[in-house]
Amino acid sequence: MVASKANTFHNQPDERGHFGDYGGRYVAETLMPLVLDLEREYRAAQADPEFQREFDDLLEHYVGRPSPLYFAERLTEALRVGSPEGRGAQVWFKRDELNHTGAHKINNCIGQILLAIRMGKTRIIAETGAGQHGVATATVCARFGLPCVIYMGAEDVRRQSPNVFRMKLLGAEVVPVTSGRGTLKDAMNEGLRDWVANVDDTFYIIGTAAGPHPYPELVRDFQSVIGKEARQQMQERIGRLPDLLVAAIGGGSNALGLFHPFLDDPDVKMLGVEAAGHGLDGSEHAASLLGGFPGVLHGNKTYLLQDEDGQITEGHSISAGLDYPGIGPEHAWLKDSGRVEYTAITDEEALEAFQLLCRTEGIIPALEPSHAIAAVAKRAKEMDRDTVILANLCGRGDKDIFTVAERLGVEI
Amino acid sequence: MNEPDPMTTSNRLSSAFAKPHPALVCFLTAGDGDTAANLDALVEGGADVIELGMPFTDPMADGPAIQKANIRSLGAGTTTADVLRIATEFRVRHPNVPLVLMGYANPMIRHGPEWFASAAKDAGVDGVICVDIPPEEDDALGPALRDAGIAPIRLATPTTDDKRLPAVVEGSQGFLYYVAVAGITGMQQAAIESIESNVTRIKQSTDVPVAVGFGVRTPEQAGKIARVADGVVVGSALVELVAEHGADAPARLRELTAGLAKAVHSAARAPRKEEKA
Repeated sequence: MVASKANTFHNQPDERGHFGDYGGRYVAETLMPLVLDLEREYRAAQADPEFQREFDDLLEHYVGRPSPLYFAERLTEALRVGSPEGRGAQVWFKRDELNHTGAHKINNCIGQILLAIRMGKTRIIAETGAGQHGVATATVCARFGLPCVIYMGAEDVRRQSPNVFRMKLLGAEVVPVTSGRGTLKDAMNEGLRDWVANVDDTFYIIGTAAGPHPYPELVRDFQSVIGKEARQQMQERIGRLPDLLVAAIGGGSNALGLFHPFLDDPDVKMLGVEAAGHGLDGSEHAASLLGGFPGVLHGNKTYLLQDEDGQITEGHSISAGLDYPGIGPEHAWLKDSGRVEYTAITDEEALEAFQLLCRTEGIIPALEPSHAIAAVAKRAKEMDRDTVILANLCGRGDKDIFTVAERLGVEI
Repeated sequence: MNEPDPMTTSNRLSSAFAKPHPALVCFLTAGDGDTAANLDALVEGGADVIELGMPFTDPMADGPAIQKANIRSLGAGTTTADVLRIATEFRVRHPNVPLVLMGYANPMIRHGPEWFASAAKDAGVDGVICVDIPPEEDDALGPALRDAGIAPIRLATPTTDDKRLPAVVEGSQGFLYYVAVAGITGMQQAAIESIESNVTRIKQSTDVPVAVGFGVRTPEQAGKIARVADGVVVGSALVELVAEHGADAPARLRELTAGLAKAVHSAARAPRKEEKA
């Protein structure tokens, strides 16, 4: 049966790039013609089977897709200990941490660089926080021989030196951003400033499902390979869809990638997990949806961490990848519509979950999906044993071992 | 109502552009230094229109000079209420000098566009330039401003092609701000030939006055631009004087503004659309 338009969650955004009240194209006039061009080119690419073929081919042979679907048996058992009788859901992971470059970020970078090449652009820029998107962008630029400039907050350059070195090995120029507080949002401001001054030859590869339309839509579409694969793999493995999907949310691209292909399956519940940092009651968190208000930043209207005067406040999370004061506009819409539930996990809880997965499954997760795992641990104990939770293991933890060691008081 | 307003919003701006010479538009960031004294110096130096920048944490269209001014202002604790108070007090001291607020969307819409339009109106503001609300998102602020009698001033850029221009011009009031370079404030200057051809192109589709800004720093540049436009906007060069001279800034601002005003006012005014036919 074909779902009627009114009953689908797949008809967003509208033709102006709005997800309900959110999204849109809040950019300086200089950039407006560029984002309109990008939209035209994206529509053409969507209609071009050759574009899809090339995207699929690179995902298979370069990225290593499809990523496995994995039943975490020992984690499931560990979570059943101490659960009420008959409780303890089965926990499954979509293993996107096994992708080339170690996270889901590469899916989107492949799609965007193919668009850049279609548009005849000869120079790539990107922003990065923890460095995962920067590494993924530098990787595809090396693969296609395009020069690449990565803007990274000076504070993040200091905290994430291994990723800075990786980007440089891949041939990227890494520009430390000292304006503002020197974090991810300042890197994004600097990326926009570069773009506005280099409109003729430059393509901006935005790393999450945010920014001016059509970025939130196209990033979601490129990341939806996660959910499409998972849907099919679940059917093949257990003959049905999962009961609950769980994913961590910074800007929200890995969560949308997993959720979007399931949005019209009413029996599949979804849980997005924001970073509660030191706790939602203070200001030391990065939970834009649970602790922010709607506003306009970086080209879109969405929930933002901000004060009474609309000044943007800095987020905090142990995970640099979740440490952004905004969120993709589709999540803002999904929250208001009630289709997806959102919760938040503290630094401490994420650290515990990180160690739990290391010891039960032999997988060192990134700190971002550690937030999702912590939420899974809470929910699994409340759900029946025959229910299934599928969480997105969106990145591996190699980059985070220094942070974790520091928090655990270990010198390495 | 408090004080009777001697001039309405629309006629303060239109009077400034109806003078027999092009207009000098001067920008400063609110709350950066002694803003009242600095604004008075601009008026004394001969500025025809004042642009008052609303500080924002993330000024992504601005170069280093204005970014730093935003940080200094916010660091000193400037709030939206402070910006409006600066405007209100300016209006009392200078009943006839048009005042335009310039800034980014988020602080303007934080408590709803109607709240902002009404507060700006009460403060005697004549126009609003919002960098990150293009015509496509006009609903976010434009209707509230127009209802309050405040001019929404749009920006046109070198990337605004003929196809887009009607949408940019439509609904723009007061003046149109032509951004001379594809880039951020205070950096490189555009070639006068490019400015002339773009201003000429824009003026064929509107009779709203066109003021040119971005990268204009010296009286010499301002004078050249004034020969082909209705107004010239100077920002970063003034903001830098505030940064450099602190409490002594008014004298320096008065001096630079006087030089700019002399150059701009002595240039012949660009012909309007109807005069060209």
